[in-house]
Formats: sequence, structure tokens, C-alpha cells
Amino acid sequence: MRKKSSQLFTYVFLTILSVVMIYPLIWLIGASFKSNAEIFSSIWFVPKKIDFTVYKNAWENSGTYNMGHYFLNTFIIVIPKVIFTVISSTIVAYGFAKYDFPLKKFFFALMIAALFLPQTATILPSYVMWEKVGLTDTYAPLILPSLFASDSILVYMLIQFFKDIPQETDDAASIDGCGVLKKLFLIYIPCVKPAVISTAVFTFLWTMNDFINSLVYISSVKKYPIILAIRMSIDSTGQGYDQNKIIAVSVISLIPSIAVFAAAQKKFVNGIATGGIVG
Amino acid sequence: MKPKNRKYNNPVGQSRFTGLLLISPFIVGFMLFSFFPLSASFFLGMNDCGISRSEYVGMKNYIDLLTDNDDFLQAIIVTLKYTIILVPLKLIVSLGVAVLLNREVHWIGTYRTILYIPSILGSNLAVAVMWRYLFTSDGLVNQFLAILGLSPVGWYSGSISAMSIIVLLRLWEFGSTMIIFLAAIQKIPLELYDAASVDGCGRIRKFFNITLPQLKGVIFFNAVIQTISALQEFNAPFMITGGGPLKSTYTTAMYIYDAAFSEWNVGVANAASWILFAMSALIISLIFVVRRKTEERSK
Repeated sequence: MRKKSSQLFTYVFLTILSVVMIYPLIWLIGASFKSNAEIFSSIWFVPKKIDFTVYKNAWENSGTYNMGHYFLNTFIIVIPKVIFTVISSTIVAYGFAKYDFPLKKFFFALMIAALFLPQTATILPSYVMWEKVGLTDTYAPLILPSLFASDSILVYMLIQFFKDIPQETDDAASIDGCGVLKKLFLIYIPCVKPAVISTAVFTFLWTMNDFINSLVYISSVKKYPIILAIRMSIDSTGQGYDQNKIIAVSVISLIPSIAVFAAAQKKFVNGIATGGIVG
Repeated sequence: MKPKNRKYNNPVGQSRFTGLLLISPFIVGFMLFSFFPLSASFFLGMNDCGISRSEYVGMKNYIDLLTDNDDFLQAIIVTLKYTIILVPLKLIVSLGVAVLLNREVHWIGTYRTILYIPSILGSNLAVAVMWRYLFTSDGLVNQFLAILGLSPVGWYSGSISAMSIIVLLRLWEFGSTMIIFLAAIQKIPLELYDAASVDGCGRIRKFFNITLPQLKGVIFFNAVIQTISALQEFNAPFMITGGGPLKSTYTTAMYIYDAAFSEWNVGVANAASWILFAMSALIISLIFVVRRKTEERSK
């Protein structure tokens, strides 16, 4: 009896919590169809009428360019970044997990230290550096670091996965005459697919969300990624009018992240669960 | 005769430099994008820079920031306060929910996904926009309070309530921390709990005597990661409260941004970056010391 009631409590609590957590997002979608007065008069998310003109307006004129333009810019940053990060992080993680070399402990400690390095502290000197080589207001400062396994937390996650693969697999492949990189791409990467997918998905989501780097490095509107376009749409619309347009812009901008998460959800969440650690 | 590289335990036929070659992108990246900027920052912080002038002033910027700059000191206090409030709250909530989820709940996958979604969208600006609307005077939160019969709160006008908006946003994103806890809880050997049941331990004693000690490493890891990100908080106050009211949510990261990109004083901004770095390093080492202490005690 006591067990039953405590289990009931668990369900009730988790359900209420889930509703509270997800409701703001549902409300946001509903609010995009509402008039200003309606947004601030009811907590119920369903709008009185559904009219997609607001989305058409939001898409077509948020600032000088349409949202397609900003999405294109975003993907010009995101896609190479995902590819570079996956390649460089797996290579580095493979080196750390499977090889022994001079100063290994030192370099591993350095990687852990990089994990704890506040990005805010390095962004300004990095800006000065990129300015010296004349590459501010280009995508280079946003993309190039990913060639060098710059997200050490992802490397750390991949290392945990690589370590689980038995040494015999590796030796067998070597005897069959596989080179180092061939081994990595033909044997290891297929074995740690969930981790590689997690690496790609995290890089995608983090880049979509990355505000401060875009804000600091990209100054011309033509090159804005979507996240700066949202900011612009807020700045150009004062409080008081066209709230639903800002909300519609926000909803549209979340679609790629939600789509990628939904597509990879199963592998991805299990990936983090088995790999242990990624925040 | 032993081969020369005997002490390096490598796969068949690999020299000791293969590994070094594989991790070389990391070494180059670390030098270029972490070590070099940080060292350069320290020296840039010794200049008094304007738009077209630069003059060496030694440690003056650092000393001024730490002794004579009310805005900066206020920003440090705000950042510390925010970190001290947020991190323990977030750890407790995510651990608590992870424990509940682990109790053989049906639809665990569904709950897990729903609770996880906010954390992946969390730092997106669109979410900051949403959060702004939730806390306006006639926004969703106040409307909800009215239904409960409570009086509305002027969220943006008080320093405590404005801080709460930011803290609540980050708390809403507890999912990623929760998933890490959940995975760790599921790895605790069940025999430990069975043995405790035989000894007549209740659920609460099991939590404190088994779950908590077993999770020590993960709690520590999450605490460090969350502390780092809290110390860097920028997006939420920048977009939601603008640092106000009366700079009560004005964080160190916002100060650095303003010093560099509104006042164009790169010297002061770099000095401030370095102080933030030193402060973070200090706090993180403090957490490491606490961990070592608890480990010694349990031995």
C-alpha cells in the first residue's frame, strides 16, 4: 500500500514537472498567432484563430534580408564546424585513448584544464588576435578553431567510448595491415557511432545557440547568422507592437535545433547516458 | 634485447610518436586559441588603450579594477552571488529528479526527453525572448500567480526578482545535468541496495548512505562544469534584464563586453578578462580541495 502511494506520487510529480517545463515552449508557439492583447490576457496557449500571415511577415522582413538569408549564413558556419569537430575530436580522442606517448599525462591534464577554461576570459584576446590577421567580420574565427578539437568536453566523451573497445580488436587490425587512420575510420568510428553522433549533434546545437562569438566577431548585417537576426528583430521592434512577429521569428529559429534533436534523439540521449559525461 | 621504446605500451608496430601525432591538432589548437590569447591578454591588460592610442601603464588597470572600480566590483559580486545561488539549486533539483526517474517509472524515456529539451535550447536567444515575455507585468507567470490568488510581482523592478528570472531560466535547463546523474545512478551496483534492504535500511537512508557517496565523482564533475558556466553568464542578463535594475544582474562577462565594445578600452577589458580567469581558477581549485578533503575523510 505504502509503495503504491509513493509510486503514485512519483508519477504525479513527474507529470506536473514535465508540463511546467514544456508549457512555455508550447505557449510560445501559440502566442505567435495571438494579437498583443491576447498574448497578455490568458495563460491558455491555444490562439483564437490560426493565421499564418505572421509567419510569412516574420520570414520576409526581419531587417534587411529575409530569414532564408540568415539561415543560409548559419549553415555556412554550422556545417563545416560539425564536420571539422567530428574529424578532429575523434582523431585526438583516439590518440589519447589508445596510444602511449611521451608527456601523455601532461597533455591530458592540459586538455582537462581546457575543459575548465572560461571562454569569456579568452574571447577578447582571441578577438585581438583575429583582428591582427584581418579576419574579424568573417566566419574564420567561428569555424577554424573546430579543426583543432577545440571542444575538449567532446574529446573527453569520445575518449570514454574508445577506452571500452578491447585492445585485441586493435592488434588484430594492425596484424591485418591496417594503418593508423584506416583503423580509426574503419574500426573505431563504426564501433562508437552513438558517441560520434552525439559529438555532431552537440556541435550543431551549441553552434546554433552560440551568441557571444557571433556577436563579437560578425559585424555586418549581411553576414549575420540567425541568432543575431533575432536580436536585431527585438531591437528594431520596441515593446508594445508586433510582439507576435518577434515570437514567430524565435519559433522559426528554433526549428532546426528541434528537428536535429528529434531525428537523433534516441541515439543521442542513449549516447550521453552510456558515455557518461557531457553538459 | 629489449626494443628501445619498450616502456610505451602501444599497439603492434606503432612508434611512441604515433599518439603524439594524433593529438597534435589539440596541442596546436590549445597553443593558438587558449594559451596564446590568455598570455597575450595579461600583457594587453597592461596598456591604456583608446581607439587610436595605446600606452603602457603596468599593473595600473588590474589595481584600478580591483580597488577603485565600483562597476567592476559590483559585477564580480553579482556573478559570485548568482553562482552561489544557482549551482547548488541546480545540482539538488537535477539529482532529485534523476533519483525519481530511476524508480522504475514507466515512460521513463518520455519524461527524460521532455525534461531534457529545455537544456538543449536553453542558451538560444529565442528562449531568452520567450523568457522575457513570461515575466512581464502581465506575462504568463503573473497571470498564473493571479489564478493561484497571489498578487503579481514586478519581476524586472526589484534586484532579487530580476536575479530570480535569470536563475529560473538556468534552473529550467537542469536536464543535461540530470541525464548525467541518471546515467551514473544506473551504474551503481544493485547489490549495494539489496544488502541495505536486508539490513532494514529505508529509502532515505539508502539515498544518503549509498547513492550519494557513490555519486561523489559525478556530483563533483557537475559542480565544476556548472560553476564555470555560471561564472561566464552573459546571454541571459544581456538579453533579458539588460543587467538591470541598478546593475543588480550585471555580470562580469557583461562588464568585459562593455569595456571592450562600448568603451573600446581593450586594456581594461583584457585586465578584467584575466581577473575573471584567475577568479575561476581559484574557485575551481577550491572545489578540488573540498573533494580531496571529503575523500580523505571517507578513507
